[in-house]
Amino acid sequence: MFWTSYLLAVLAIVLAWPVPILLSRASWPARSPFTAMLLWQAIALAGGLSMIGAMLVYGLEPIGDNLISGLRGLADMVLFNAPTTALGFWHLFALSAAALLTAHLVFTLLLTYYKIERQRRRHRELLALLAAPSVDAARTVVISHDSPVAYCLPGGARSVTVLSDGLMAALEPAELRAVLSHENAHLNQRHHLLLWAFAAWRQALPWLPTTRLAQEAVNSLIEMLADDVALKSEGKATLIKAIAIVASGPTGGMTAGMGAGMAGSMAAAAIPSAHPGLALDGLEAPTGAVSGSARTTISRVSRLLSPEPQLPAAARGLVLAGSALLLAVPTALLIVPGLLG
Amino acid sequence: MASLGELERAVMDLLWAGHEAATANTLRDRLATTTEAKGDAAGHEGKELAVTTVLTVLSRLEKKGLVERERGMRPHRYQAVSSREDHTAELMHEVLGSAPDREAVLARFIGSVTDSEAETLRKLLGHI
Repeated sequence: MFWTSYLLAVLAIVLAWPVPILLSRASWPARSPFTAMLLWQAIALAGGLSMIGAMLVYGLEPIGDNLISGLRGLADMVLFNAPTTALGFWHLFALSAAALLTAHLVFTLLLTYYKIERQRRRHRELLALLAAPSVDAARTVVISHDSPVAYCLPGGARSVTVLSDGLMAALEPAELRAVLSHENAHLNQRHHLLLWAFAAWRQALPWLPTTRLAQEAVNSLIEMLADDVALKSEGKATLIKAIAIVASGPTGGMTAGMGAGMAGSMAAAAIPSAHPGLALDGLEAPTGAVSGSARTTISRVSRLLSPEPQLPAAARGLVLAGSALLLAVPTALLIVPGLLG
Repeated sequence: MASLGELERAVMDLLWAGHEAATANTLRDRLATTTEAKGDAAGHEGKELAVTTVLTVLSRLEKKGLVERERGMRPHRYQAVSSREDHTAELMHEVLGSAPDREAVLARFIGSVTDSEAETLRKLLGHI
């Protein structure tokens, strides 16, 4: 059974470091964001499973040939005071670490959920008092603010999309529809569940490269998925112009009119045969450090400007098979020896 | 008058518009006149609004930290903790700010863009 814990530990290390770094540098996820999203989920789940599994299997080695008999032996010790002399210091250490890590992950997941829900509830309460329902779209409210802002606040049946006055003034109807269908895609595809899980994963193990890379990748991939939905109903130039307008008026330093004018030249530059070089002059940057969200915006725009074909079906199938294998391998390593013997 | 939510909104609108503390009785009277006007416009009768209902609404708002009560004097006089503009600014700060967990709370159409990233965007859009 020692080789099982060894294999699981190798898998855990590979999934914690080299694999996420390679994946975060790859360019194909922009071509098939949905497939890439499944792969990131498989990496996170398999990574956690193999980390905990490796320690558990190592710790149980002296008292059982496999996970099931080992756990039975452990239960005897804990519940019925069976002798514990078989377990050495390192076995106890590994078992405690496995238990602590499991508890830590579950607890962080719940705590993150509670924090997110509390902030959303507070936000919804204020919106109920400050924002007016939109005449244009269902489940949409308008808040009186000059900068062009659009976002959605998930919450099951109470999910709401929020638009600012500044945005309504700056966007043409078609651009507004593109923004709304982008935000609706977030809500319909339940992207907030992914954001929650990966935020908790990072919160729990912030020093692990995979958690930061995974969260950044997921944040970026959901935007691409939502853009793809918006492109089904609105044109590419419309969406790019909407992105340009919203990106050009970040912190309310400028009026909606100025924002619209500048973004107009940005979008004009984005559309072939228009004047190049006018783009984004005088764009005011908001305060704050380098953000993952801006990198996301850049990769979104470059993806829209120079689209690449979706990955071929065979390649997508291969990635999906790889994801399934990632989950199957640690599960099998943990369970199959018990079933066989 | 319909739900508590709508009443909360109406009460906050009155407090924000009035700029001064008001008793539950005063608020009830003002609500009655505004709803009467609305009721006429919508073509249905405004129902009598009880002071206790207004007090319930006020205590809910107080619990949410939106309304404060002047203590000592009776009847209690209520006022908004901060202006509508301040609350909007607070909300937008939350939306536009870069708090790490904000990303999980709500999904913005476009995240914040810094100088160097704006430069990259400019190049991207300029090179067509």
